Amino acid sequence: MFGKLSWEAVPFHEPIVMVTIAMIALGGLALFAGITYFKKWTYLWTEWLTSVDHKKIGVMYIIVAMVMLLRGFADAIMMRTQLAMATEGSPGYLPPEHYDQIFTAHGVIMIIFMAMPFFTGLMNLAVPLQIGARDVAYPFLNSLSFWLLVSGVVLINLSLGVGEFAKTGWVAYPPLSGLQYSPGVGMDYYIWALQLSGLGTTLTGVNFLATVLKMRTPGMKLMDMPIFTWTCTWANVLIVASFPILTATLALLTLDRYMDFHIFTNELGGNPMMYVNLFWAWGHPEVYILILPAFGIFSEVISAFTGKKLFGHHSMIYASGAISILGFMVWLHHFFTMGSGASVNAFFGLATMLISIPTGVKLFNWLFTIYQGRLRFTSQVLWTLGFMVTFAIGGMTGVLLAIPGADFVLHNSLFVIAHFHNVIIGGAVFGYIAGFAFYFPKAFGFKLHEGWGKAAFWFWISGFFVAFMPLYALGFMGMTRRLNATTNPEWVPYLYVAMFGAVMIAVGIACQLIQLYVSVRDRKKPENMCEHGDPWNAHTLEWSTSSPPPFYNFAVLPKADCIDPFTEAKENGTAYQAPAKYEPIHMPNNTATGVVMGALLTVFGFAMIWHIWWLAIASLAGTVIYFVIHAARDDQGYMVPVDVIERIEAEQHKRLVAAGKVPATATRVETSLEQA
Amino acid sequence: MANAAHSHNGHDDAGHGSVKSYVIGFVLSVILTLIPFGLVMYPTLPKSITLLIVLAFAIIQVLVHLVYFLHLDRSAAQRNNVIAFVFAAIVIVLLVGLSLWIMFSIHTFMMAK
Amino acid sequence: MSNLVTNAGHTHVDGHGHDDHHHDSGEMTVFGFWLYLMTDCILFASIFAVYAVLVNNVAGGPSGHDIFELPYVLGETALLLFSSITYGFAMLAFFRGNKKQVLGWLGMTFLFGLGFIGMEINEFHLLISEGYGPSRSGFLSGFFTLVGTHGLHVTSGLIWMAIMMYQVQKNGLTATNKTRLSCLSLFWHFLDVVWICVFTVVYLMGTM
Repeated sequence: MFGKLSWEAVPFHEPIVMVTIAMIALGGLALFAGITYFKKWTYLWTEWLTSVDHKKIGVMYIIVAMVMLLRGFADAIMMRTQLAMATEGSPGYLPPEHYDQIFTAHGVIMIIFMAMPFFTGLMNLAVPLQIGARDVAYPFLNSLSFWLLVSGVVLINLSLGVGEFAKTGWVAYPPLSGLQYSPGVGMDYYIWALQLSGLGTTLTGVNFLATVLKMRTPGMKLMDMPIFTWTCTWANVLIVASFPILTATLALLTLDRYMDFHIFTNELGGNPMMYVNLFWAWGHPEVYILILPAFGIFSEVISAFTGKKLFGHHSMIYASGAISILGFMVWLHHFFTMGSGASVNAFFGLATMLISIPTGVKLFNWLFTIYQGRLRFTSQVLWTLGFMVTFAIGGMTGVLLAIPGADFVLHNSLFVIAHFHNVIIGGAVFGYIAGFAFYFPKAFGFKLHEGWGKAAFWFWISGFFVAFMPLYALGFMGMTRRLNATTNPEWVPYLYVAMFGAVMIAVGIACQLIQLYVSVRDRKKPENMCEHGDPWNAHTLEWSTSSPPPFYNFAVLPKADCIDPFTEAKENGTAYQAPAKYEPIHMPNNTATGVVMGALLTVFGFAMIWHIWWLAIASLAGTVIYFVIHAARDDQGYMVPVDVIERIEAEQHKRLVAAGKVPATATRVETSLEQA
Repeated sequence: MANAAHSHNGHDDAGHGSVKSYVIGFVLSVILTLIPFGLVMYPTLPKSITLLIVLAFAIIQVLVHLVYFLHLDRSAAQRNNVIAFVFAAIVIVLLVGLSLWIMFSIHTFMMAK
Repeated sequence: MSNLVTNAGHTHVDGHGHDDHHHDSGEMTVFGFWLYLMTDCILFASIFAVYAVLVNNVAGGPSGHDIFELPYVLGETALLLFSSITYGFAMLAFFRGNKKQVLGWLGMTFLFGLGFIGMEINEFHLLISEGYGPSRSGFLSGFFTLVGTHGLHVTSGLIWMAIMMYQVQKNGLTATNKTRLSCLSLFWHFLDVVWICVFTVVYLMGTM
């Protein structure tokens, strides 16, 4: 009846796990009680969970990403503590099978459930606004993508309390991840969490590619699209090209584990090395999917806070494209040591080194943008400058690792760990945090507290260097990754320093939480409010509408015939001009289909993991049937009447007048309201 | 609800082919299927030449389907579709080509007796 | 703006100034579906690559030469090819506005597709009953995965087609149905393209 599921699946005997679960349960209960007490369930359901508005979906993505950042960071600090304790014969406090789950979960969570939703959230928030669109190409699909991600999140967090998670490392190479060596449900949690969220990501890629190709505001040429939109577009190109490979690879591993196939097994003619090959054919483009949007954010931040046009807008687009294409030809550098010939290794090594050229182009573009500009040292700019220094170091160690000979020495060592944290934290994460501070006022109408933001930056960056520079050294000293205990006394001081660095990052994260609290508390202070929509005096269209933007984004689709249309409009005095007459706007209706399908697919994943076949069949059939019913309804959306638009735009006009953005002369909109 | 006949969007009507184009595509496909099947079922040519012909005919037939059934052409309306397809084809060539290069290189160095 | 922005948006809003922005929703949906098909192409390419790596790993079991029946495969190919042209005729009937013919051609396409799936199930059943199931060897795992993935796609296409026949029967030749049948058309012809690769790489090259 319940497959492999029984009460024994709950690890009652593990105090660490049980305390964590208890805390999560208490937190969840408090949240539930709070929402009930403040009678917010209807609001939550109608305004958020069933929303197809790209801005709200973006905010929900970022909330998920931040929660998962906390979870993934908890894993990180547990690992560093364990390694600082488990030296010279001491076993530490984490048993090996638990430690193995932690490093696997840390990798999966940080890549798939923190970085990906953070990037997707920022893209959702900004891209349609940047191209002057009223929503994405397929709003319902956008909602479905988000709920597929949540399915994965739910499954991976369930594994904490019901059963176990994979112990294979986040790459899950067979034969270790095959049935023979991983008979438990941990691998199945891994497979289904990644499979469901990966499907959502593929749909997001399709959705946003169609959005930028078909939904740009009149006059906006492709090459004039803002740079963040462009880098997201390249990331989406990589998504649609690489995520199907992940889908296929996971499906094949599923067949091996569930139906006794011999695709990646060691015996009867399977080939586990093909898994490694396919995994990285997805995995390498995946890291470029993470970093390219961050490059876009840095570009936006630098050009906004220097008050200058981005240096080399077109070269930035071409450089991103070159990185994307080259990023699809380098994946073997993750397994130089697997045994392919010298010519293969040389090809992939060279291709890898080539990528540093377009990346260098970008770095110089940012520097030339700053040159002779008037740089305002806001927190976003600090993150950007910190990125430029940190990422350059990470890039150089990457070129070092691209030399096959050097890689044979450093493969699987902590040097590799230091390298990819160097580029992912110093590149992607810094970028997302900068983007968070940059776009937060757009989403909510008030700014984040600068002091706490800067404190967070200094703790993060110094914590990063203290935590990861020792790992470079440890790598050279021969320490391999995924060790749960060490015996070499020479390594101990470095492990202590690394642990201290992790604590510094923890302080940085605490600063961010305080920053959020302080900012929300002080949101009504006049110096923090920016509902007029343009807090940074920035260049692109997303800043020309109010903050938060009206649900239809733009009452009149903005004109765009150059790279920085909003700056041009401000200089010409044509910004904020109200039209003689508003037209009704067509908008999509909210729908519960996304959240319902996500829930049903979560049940499906859970049933597959625990071999509850009847439930799996029922939930999958339910998903299909629900979707067919949704499609049969053929919801055509609705028209926003002119008087609603006029009311909203009149309020925005008052805010603009109050902010001194437009002269306080009576306009047609205001008079018509006064008459009413 | 608008009937299909009401659609004035010229683009919609351009891309759906005609009886003639479907029949041409069908006949070409039949020929391009029968010849390789025949060559393999009744071997008359050397194996390597048969292999070349079979592969070439498959590629030609894929193109025939793309043109006559999927209506890809050089019109402006189809440009994004063609770009997407060419891009996917490049990715497939890179993915399959490089994968096989890697895997057969490994096979040669690690497993060949 | 969205796949929901349909002709309704245009009929209600006369003199809407942004028609070049508001592309026809049907066109946009079909374009998105095309992009999705490209991702499906890459998924198939991955499985083809796996098959190519596994094809010689027969592990003492049969090779393709021992188990493939080319006349049978030719029959399957014929069914799929016939279904392609009948689907094309269904679309042409749609553009002529002839509902009865649309349903007739779709029904014919459905039967051809069903025949194809029946033949494939029969082939799989025979192989498994002879002890040559996917668990026998890496080669057979790859074979069942590749051909089975294509078969699963055809099966979903059939389910979709059945739903569409019901929709056309009930709602007639609406704009929505046109969009959806256009998507299914791409899907169906795309599956035929994949089948060309399957019979070439798996059956012909395996028998050669």
